[in-house]
Amino acid sequence: METKKMALIATKGTLDWAYPPFILASTAAALGYEVQIFFTFYGLQLLKKDLSGLKVSPLGNPGMPMKIPFGPKWFKGNNWNIPNVVQSLVPGYENVATALMKQTIRNNGVATIPELRELCQEADVKMIACQMTVELFGFDHADFIGDIEYGGAATFFEFAGETDICLFI
Amino acid sequence: MNFDKELDARGLNCPLPILRTKKSLGDLESGQILKVNSTDPGSVKDMQAFAKQTGNELLSTAENNGEFIFLMRKH
Repeated sequence: METKKMALIATKGTLDWAYPPFILASTAAALGYEVQIFFTFYGLQLLKKDLSGLKVSPLGNPGMPMKIPFGPKWFKGNNWNIPNVVQSLVPGYENVATALMKQTIRNNGVATIPELRELCQEADVKMIACQMTVELFGFDHADFIGDIEYGGAATFFEFAGETDICLFI
Repeated sequence: MNFDKELDARGLNCPLPILRTKKSLGDLESGQILKVNSTDPGSVKDMQAFAKQTGNELLSTAENNGEFIFLMRKH
């Protein structure tokens, strides 16, 4: 049987949107796929050595439940509907939301992003950073983990053109 | 039923039970049996899908008090 292939483009650099590419890539690899992820624009954040800067923002995101991951059941189940205008004015609101999200992730036995990225690396998922965006954003190769490649759109197509699954995230 | 290796994936959520299963199968010889314990309800469908796509044989799925027990024979 010929090896199946999957290519992903990861374009988002927030804690929540870091999940889909790493979950799909690690799972596909476990299923025997050959996988490449092309990280571009904000997605480059996911290749940083230090991932502790990834945050989630409830601002302008009405789909995000705002729940407190501790306390009695009735309290945990409550959805705190906080207006955008309040969210934008309260200093550190994103930091608090991010801390709560990380706690919820722990409570649910969901892997952390560093963990999932490591699993991808162990499974030989090939990661490519968009060189153009690296320069555009003034990043340095030293900001990123070691075993990645740098390339452009043509590099992406070289692999993507032969894939069974190709997703833009 | 006898098994050759046991994986405790309780408390873990998608995709970790599948990733750990894959890793544990790597330690087995072809024909040997892996037992997986999981609490993730999504793992029932996922283990079937994993088996189907990787050629490993899912021998049985059982539920006991919110815990799922899988037996998988390595391809």
